[in-house]
Order: sequence, then structure tokens, then C-alpha cells
Amino acid sequence: MRPFTRRALTIALLFQLPWIIGFGVFLLYPAAASFYYSFTRYNIINTPRWIGLANYQNLLGDQFFIAAVGNTAYIMLIGVPASIVFSFAVAMILNTEVKGIAIWRTLCFLPAVMPPLVAAILWVWVFNPQFGIANAFLSFLHLPQPGWFTDPIWAKPTMILLNLWQVGVTTIIYLAALQGVPKELYEAVEIDGGGFWRRLWHITIPMVSPVTLFNLITGIIAALQFFTQAYTIGGATGNPQSSLLFYVTYIYTSAFQNFDMGYASAMSWLLFVAIMLCTIVLLLATRRFTYYER
Amino acid sequence: MAVTDAGQTATAQAAALAHRRVVARRRAAWILTYLLVLVAVALFVIPFLWMLVTSLKTPDDLLAPGVNWIPRPIYLQNYVDALTMVPYMQYLFNTLVICVPNVIGTLLSCSLAAYALACIRWPGRGASFAVVLATMMLPYPVTIIPLYLVFRALGWLNIAGGYLPLIVPAFFGAPFFIFLLRQFFASMPAELSEAARVDGASEFRIYAQLILPLSKPALATTMLFTFLYTYTDFLNPLIYISDPDRYTLSLGLLGFFGSHGAAWGPLMAASVMFTIPTSLLFLLAQRSYIQGIVTTGLKG
Repeated sequence: MRPFTRRALTIALLFQLPWIIGFGVFLLYPAAASFYYSFTRYNIINTPRWIGLANYQNLLGDQFFIAAVGNTAYIMLIGVPASIVFSFAVAMILNTEVKGIAIWRTLCFLPAVMPPLVAAILWVWVFNPQFGIANAFLSFLHLPQPGWFTDPIWAKPTMILLNLWQVGVTTIIYLAALQGVPKELYEAVEIDGGGFWRRLWHITIPMVSPVTLFNLITGIIAALQFFTQAYTIGGATGNPQSSLLFYVTYIYTSAFQNFDMGYASAMSWLLFVAIMLCTIVLLLATRRFTYYER
Repeated sequence: MAVTDAGQTATAQAAALAHRRVVARRRAAWILTYLLVLVAVALFVIPFLWMLVTSLKTPDDLLAPGVNWIPRPIYLQNYVDALTMVPYMQYLFNTLVICVPNVIGTLLSCSLAAYALACIRWPGRGASFAVVLATMMLPYPVTIIPLYLVFRALGWLNIAGGYLPLIVPAFFGAPFFIFLLRQFFASMPAELSEAARVDGASEFRIYAQLILPLSKPALATTMLFTFLYTYTDFLNPLIYISDPDRYTLSLGLLGFFGSHGAAWGPLMAASVMFTIPTSLLFLLAQRSYIQGIVTTGLKG
């Protein structure tokens, strides 16, 4: 190695030193350690005891674990696609040249920066079965008024509505993507006599497809780690009747309330594997459907 | 002659009719657009307004049947109650004690690491950047338990109210912001730092006096995101803070919600006060916020 690059290497490493330490201490070691702990029984007080795959086996027979997986899958399979479609629609609406559009956009993004905990409390109030405005509106329309968060069947859909309300970040990304679609493409379709739906189907959706993939992956990763709103509304057990018990809620409960660190670590590792698998599968499966200019 | 005249009139009439149809269709589309914007804005704004209105209602007015949007009278006592039923100002102070060092630490550690990735040529740079990208994917819950055990072994759970685990990691880099800043630094012309290097400036001087002053937008985005994240963070304080006097706003509000769940007036007043700083920051720094999101979303 030439002395010049060795010097550059030293300086670069000095600049990177805090991050290298942080990477080792706060990321690499914990990730490796949680893999080890997942094969042990460890209640913090006694030293970890090796029990092989027992934690993973016990998970399969744990009704709370199964409920947590089911609820998280529900948000992933229904909530994430719903928020993709909804944020795309809102971005389309906000991509028009209506008077005062800058203000309208700001207002639509505002809920996204509300503290998740506040949003959750507000949602409990808005969807209060007795005094909430949601049911007041439904009663005005003479429609049935569900119990929302008090009803195990309605609790998750109500949670999805909350996610849709705070969907601003996804909308911002879509809006930027929509503004990047070349105008000539739309003009070309118009000359061919194509209307709104043809422009949407043949130009807009294909042109924003890389962004859709990005939003889908980040949406699924976020759904797998869903916690604050669920814990605020459903508590550590995901009331009512475990309907709001999500994957990370159960990791939290197992680790910091039951002090079953090994068991919780096994769950953490399964979560990591799930995120990796989802990402890889999505990247491979959508290769044919996403359009990249490069 | 007359025949062609009639023909011309007919075509003109047809053209006028077609024109009118186009105008009518444009107008319909225009009205529809306005309607859609109105509906979208209403959906996002109504819950927000409802929070504000509720926070200004008397207990009786709150539970009155039907929807009334105008509180009669405007009842500011809710705000007084929110400040006195829980030590709100203490929670706010605690939150800021965590937020400010987080912002400083993240700015420092991430800009240093990003500078090495973007502006210095060294063997291993590509690999180091790949590690940053890979760890952006690492879900936090995977490391959460061993991290807790590390901080416990260090004895940090019982000193300074359990704040150290919430503050110290910020001084050791976060992959997301290293990535964000690296992208910004790399977009600057390399000739700039080359010229300074030829003039004999040290790497640290180039970083501190040339690159950082030119990177205000990216630094602003980093500050904004770090602040918003730390200010609203819930999971970490929940794990590490056990003393109620040391609660952050998130923990305090959850406690309030748990113990006075039916006192919707004061609860909404506290919620409004908790939300105002995030909303104001967003309104003031909307450009940085959107720029940061777009950078990760479109170029990530």
C-alpha cells in the first residue's frame, strides 16, 4: 500500500471511529448476542442456560404468539396495501393545480408528524362508541355504529384507519414521484385519444412503480415493528381479547414484563428473518413489474 | 351557394356543440378536482380540529349528544388542569434533556462518518458504505434485548434516571443519517475539497470549514428528524425510565391516559400541547422535512 493511501485510511478511520464503535457495540454485538440468547433460558437473575431449540418449539404452541403473528399479518396484508392505495390516491389529488394547493398539501401531511401516542389517544376519542364524532356521523346517516376499539372484530380495522390518517410520509414520496413523470408522456396518450384511466394505467402507475416497491418494503418493515399505537390503545396484552397484540408488543411483554429474555430473543430473530425474507421475495417478485429508467 | 352556406353553418354548429361539450367536460373535471381536494383535506383535518375543539369544552359540553363544533363557553381550565394534574412542565423539561444531546450527537457522529464515506478516498470505503446500507435494514427489535442487558451490566439503568441508554448511542452514529448526509456530501463537486487539499488544508478543516457550512439543508433535515424522533419516542423511554419524576412527555401522557382516561378535556389539552412543537417545526421546516423524505424515497 502506498504511504499516501495508508494515511488516507488512518484519517478516514478516525472520522469513522464513533460509528465503528457504535456499529460494534450497539448493532453487531447485540444482533449476535440475541441469536445466542434465543437458544437459552434467561431470566436476567440467573445466568443464561442453554436449552437448544426449546424456545422456538414453545413459540409454536403459544396462543399469544400465534395471535400476535396473526394480528401483525393482518396489518401487513390488509393495512399496508390499503395505505399504499390510499396514499397514492391522495398524492394524485394533491398533484393538481387547485388554488392554494400548497396549503392543502401541508394540512394533509400534518397528521404524519403528530406524536404516534397522541394520535392513538385521539383515535380512541374520535372512535369512542358513545361520544365519538365517527359514530355521530354514522348515526346522522342512519348507518350501524360499531364499537370500534372496544370490539375485537373492529379493533384492527380501526387501527388501520389510524395508519391511513398518518400516511403523510408515503404520500410525500408519491407526490414527488408524480411530479417527476415527464409531461410529454401524458401528451402522447392524449393525442392518441386516451382518457384519464388510460393515462393512469399506462403511464402513471408504471412510472411510479419503483416508488411503489419502496413504499411497499418500508411499509411492511414498519408493520412488522408496529408498537406505539398498539401499546397505547391495547396495553401489554393487546385488549380487547388479544385483538391488538402485535409482534413487537409481545416481544416487549415477554422481555420486560415476564423477563423471559431467551424467549423474547427467539421472537426477535424470527422477526429479523421475516423482514429479510419479505424484502428479498418482494425484490425478486416485482422485478418484472417495476420500471427503472437507468 | 346557398347549399354550401347551409353546409358551413352546419359544420360551425357542430363545432360549437363539440366545443361546448369539451368546455362542459373540463368544467366537470375541474369541479370534481376541487371536490376531491376538499374531501381529502377534510379527512385529514377533522380529527385534528376535533382534538382542539374538545380541549376547549366543559365536561358537560364534552358529553352532550350530537356534534357541536363550537365550545360554549371556551373552557381554558382544561389546559390549567393538564398542567397541574400531571407535572407537565417537568415532563417537557425531561424530554428536552434527552432531545438536545441526541440532536448534537447525531449531527456530529453521522457527519464525521459520512465525510469519510463521501470525501476521502481510502481502501475499504465501498465495503464500509455497504455496511451502512445493510444496517439500515436491521430492525431495532432484534437488538433491543441484548442492548438492555449491556446497559444493565454497565449499571446505567440506575444512574441519571436511566437516561444514558437514551442519549449515549446518538454519539455513535445512526445508519440512516450517515446515508442521508453521505448522499448530500457526495453530490458536491469533488474539485472543491481537492482545491483545499492542494492548498494544504487538513481533512478536519475541510470537513469543518468547507463541507459542513455548505451542507446546511442536509444538516437541518438531520436535526429535524432526530428531534421529531426523540421527542415522540415511546418504546425506549418505556424500557429504560422507571421513575415517574423522570418520565418524558410520551410516558407522562400515557400515564395520564391510564389514570384519567375519562377526563377527555384535560387529556386533549395535554395532547394539543404535546403536538404543537411538532406541528410548528413541520410548518417552519417543511422544505427540509420533505427534502429528507424524498432523498431516501427516490434515490434510496
